[in-house]
Amino acid sequence: MSLDPFFQWLESTMLATAIRENVLLFPLVESAHVLMFTVVLGTIAIVDLRLLGFASRDRRVSALTAEILPITWVAFAFAVLTGAMLFSSNATKYGHNIYFESKMALLGLAGINMLIFHLVGSRDLANWDGAARTPWQAKAAGGCSLLIWIGVIACGRWIGFTMMSTFNF
Amino acid sequence: MPHWLSVFCAWLKSTPLSQRLQPIEWLVPLVQVIHILAICAVITSVLIIALRLVGFVSRDRSLAQMSARFLPVIWCALPVLLLTGSLLIIIEPVRSLGSVAFQLKMALVAAGIIILLVYQRALARDPTRWERPGSRLGAGLVAIVSLLPWIGIIFAGRWIAYAPGQ
Repeated sequence: MSLDPFFQWLESTMLATAIRENVLLFPLVESAHVLMFTVVLGTIAIVDLRLLGFASRDRRVSALTAEILPITWVAFAFAVLTGAMLFSSNATKYGHNIYFESKMALLGLAGINMLIFHLVGSRDLANWDGAARTPWQAKAAGGCSLLIWIGVIACGRWIGFTMMSTFNF
Repeated sequence: MPHWLSVFCAWLKSTPLSQRLQPIEWLVPLVQVIHILAICAVITSVLIIALRLVGFVSRDRSLAQMSARFLPVIWCALPVLLLTGSLLIIIEPVRSLGSVAFQLKMALVAAGIIILLVYQRALARDPTRWERPGSRLGAGLVAIVSLLPWIGIIFAGRWIAYAPGQ
């Protein structure tokens, strides 16, 4: 099933048209997107480094995540919002860009990694919550998360790099 | 672009290092990714300190403790930003140095660093100054003033692509 009709409809919306045609709007939304995802990655890194046992070892994992993850989620929500706005402005081209597709796949993987840790890896959290040395499942979750999110950022940069010829200004 | 800058850019572009790196297509985006990752470290660290200043996070730890934890991350990330930034300049001197957005960004980097140094010094002199009763407004102002340059840096940095030097 081709998503092209959906992409074309998206591109035709008033918002998408405004972003695509307004010289200021795209860079502004894009910069906001960058700001949001830097906070997403930075806050996730704090948690991942704790899971890996590399940093914040003196803090309980549960305390750290309770404090940090709300920030992550707020930033992520705005990253998705700004990302959707950017995508809509040129949906068909982005939709067929290999780096965009890879970025979406990696985001999905990040979600799955998080889910696995939430459902399985953190079952016995009470046993190692305060420990400096964390179990291998926690290390794996933290390590994978870091790698996946770095991949998301790299793909994002490559989307911009491969889409440069699309813009007239 | 002033003449001396033009001459400098031409020289930079002609150096063996620049000549060697220019044809490598994937080098600029790769260096940019590392640059972005280092910015993540800085922005997040400044944000955490700012949030602690206004009491939104880690109230069980002092501002001094939190700053001691996160300021070093910034100081370590800055050399990475300098190195990756320098590489980008060496590969595309005119595009970067000739851009008003880039020049604004450098001014903001200077401001951002100075503000952090002043903050660090003030905190060392009086570790609880922003945790005492009546210091909330001051703490809030410090939080905003610390964060603003770095937000500006991200916007100015992205803007280079839209107003490159020519």
